[in-house]
Amino acid sequence: MDAIILQILNGLDKGSAYALIALGLTLIFGTLGVVNFAHGALFMIGAFCAVTLSRILTLSHTIIDETKTDFLGNPLKVDVPYVHDIFGVAAGNVIIDWAVPLAILFAIPVMIAVGVIMERGLIKHFYKRPHADQILVTFGLAIVLQEVIKYFYGANPIPTPAPEAFKGSFDFGAAVGFDPNLIIYPYWRIIYFFFATLIIGGVFAFLQFTTFGMVVRAGMADRETVGLLGINIDKRFTIMFGIAAAVAGLAGVMYTPINSPNYHMGMDFLVLSFVVVVVGGMGSLPGAVLAGFLLGVLESFASMREVIDIIPGINQIIIYLVAIIILLTRPRGLMGRKGVMED
Amino acid sequence: MFKLEKTDQTLLIVVGILTLFAPFILNPFPEGSAMAQFNAGYPDLMQRFVIFGIFAIGFNILFGLTGYLSFGHAAFLGVGSYAAVWMFKLLSMNVIPAIILSVVVAGLFSLLIGFISLRRSGIYFSILTLAFAQMMFALAYSVLTPITGGETGLQLALDDPRIFGASQTPEGNIPVPGLFGLEMRDSFDLVMGSWVFTFNIGYYFCAMVMIASFYLAIRIFRSPFGLMLRAVKSNQQRMNYTGLNTRPYTLAAFVISGMYAGLAGGLMASMDPLAGAERMQWTASGEVVLMTILGGAGTLIGPVLGAGFIKYFENIFSKINSTILHEWFAFLPDGLEDFIVAILYPFIGKGWHLTLGILFMMVVIFLPGGLVEGGQRIRSWLQKRKSEKNTPNGSTEPAE
Repeated sequence: MDAIILQILNGLDKGSAYALIALGLTLIFGTLGVVNFAHGALFMIGAFCAVTLSRILTLSHTIIDETKTDFLGNPLKVDVPYVHDIFGVAAGNVIIDWAVPLAILFAIPVMIAVGVIMERGLIKHFYKRPHADQILVTFGLAIVLQEVIKYFYGANPIPTPAPEAFKGSFDFGAAVGFDPNLIIYPYWRIIYFFFATLIIGGVFAFLQFTTFGMVVRAGMADRETVGLLGINIDKRFTIMFGIAAAVAGLAGVMYTPINSPNYHMGMDFLVLSFVVVVVGGMGSLPGAVLAGFLLGVLESFASMREVIDIIPGINQIIIYLVAIIILLTRPRGLMGRKGVMED
Repeated sequence: MFKLEKTDQTLLIVVGILTLFAPFILNPFPEGSAMAQFNAGYPDLMQRFVIFGIFAIGFNILFGLTGYLSFGHAAFLGVGSYAAVWMFKLLSMNVIPAIILSVVVAGLFSLLIGFISLRRSGIYFSILTLAFAQMMFALAYSVLTPITGGETGLQLALDDPRIFGASQTPEGNIPVPGLFGLEMRDSFDLVMGSWVFTFNIGYYFCAMVMIASFYLAIRIFRSPFGLMLRAVKSNQQRMNYTGLNTRPYTLAAFVISGMYAGLAGGLMASMDPLAGAERMQWTASGEVVLMTILGGAGTLIGPVLGAGFIKYFENIFSKINSTILHEWFAFLPDGLEDFIVAILYPFIGKGWHLTLGILFMMVVIFLPGGLVEGGQRIRSWLQKRKSEKNTPNGSTEPAE
């Protein structure tokens, strides 16, 4: 029992990342009808927003401390971050420590800008082209973005730790009545899960309860009619692209403490997220979220020792296997709508 | 000749001459000169040209003719490599059985994967092939280590059985792949003045195979079967309405292109007898897509051009470093020189992928037909200019 709970918990944080990326992909596909292979790159750019912010915060200048000497007897040189000068030492240290959560505020405008520029600059010209062309051009864009990041940040993963307060683990088992230390779970992963649910809930609420969201939903259902009613649907769809980019970016920001960001993390997640979208049903937002969590949990169950002993290697292929079975038995995916992308 | 039309025949002959004389053509600069770094006439690179040419020709039979975009074709190449290396381990170091087995095994795999994946089309087909290829990659990397060698890759060893050959050479080394006594890595240098041309047996073997597969591709393109595949690309629904089941045709195309990939994999293993799982990764599948699109999907010569283009520039760009750039722009004033070098630097050396990505985007955006379309546009533009020159303005004006 405890093992099962542990695996469900383990699956949730990966599932949250899948769900967030797949949600963005589906938003783009549902609104603009574009298959965006560069979405993984947006996730990666989000992660590097966190890296950038923590670098900006630790920018420092060197002063000479006369009271201390180094081993040669010269006065010691000390690097002092500029935030210490502005906010004082104690507050400055807290700010540096909280770089990753602060990066959320930094990433939202950056990602929306990246998304809007991408849509207006490139993707706009590909609405009328076949899906294969869209896949190819966004695939090229993904390569370019990832190489640019590699040029500026190098090829090695950059550790970006979570704030000190969230280090360590939470004894989940003890809290719900099992023996202590059976089910322990890092705090940051719990936060990631709640953050993801918050974002997903936010996107759904935005679409469901605002006028803007209503127009967007109407546009997803019948773009032409909405246009004929005198609404500038293109502009709203562009904004939706920006929001989708921000969702992917935030997923990336918060993922940095779990997995140190490197330039190809986007590609690694992209393939899986596409599988998630297809399993959930192309164009279905609840489907994408459901499939994201489902596949995340399935993957962590497949990594259990007991399961691997029966079917070796299953943890490596479970997601693809599920995707193949779903595509062949339920061609529209779990919650796909009729008439969307039915070849 | 060869049961081909005139233009195809010329094309085949041109390709044949280009590949057979490649050691000359690719080595235009004398040894030791400043331009010698642009030479591509060494065996390793030339082998890669033709092997990836074969791979792209095969991919084009599927993507160019039917429009089905497979994102998992590298899996068949990887399977072919493994099959060939196993043949070297078990049977003998002769490349013929190895290549036959790699084509057969790749064909079987593509039959299975194609049978399942072709039930869907469009993006679903792409995702299904991608899923299969990633599955094979993951398995080859982990569980199937006894068969695939896992992370280290499959290598030859001194104690391999090699029933029809020797386990080791008299000197106690691992034997090298060969063709009835001709060793694949043997080559001889022809020195003419300050030029050195290298003729490599392995390269010529690959080149002959490529010319043969190019010929086969022409025949497929011009056959009724090829016409049927084009019809699938332009309007599959209509084909279905006329009462025709298209799946056997697309499946045949898928299997043929899978076998081409297996052939390329077998050749790759014959040139350098080891096989690794990274050949099956989806980035490798993406590369063949890039080659085909860059050259021109759906055209005969396009994929070969694309493969050559990408492999050549990959090699050249990776070799250039900032010192070479500084040498090139040494004639400029110092400030300007540094500025230009600083701008160009991200695109060379390790930045080759950046250049490739930008180039690829440019091609997809502005030149969907690839290099071939570019060539056609230039030709028609030249012809237009020529005809404008030949007809003076005054005489074309209508009489009043």
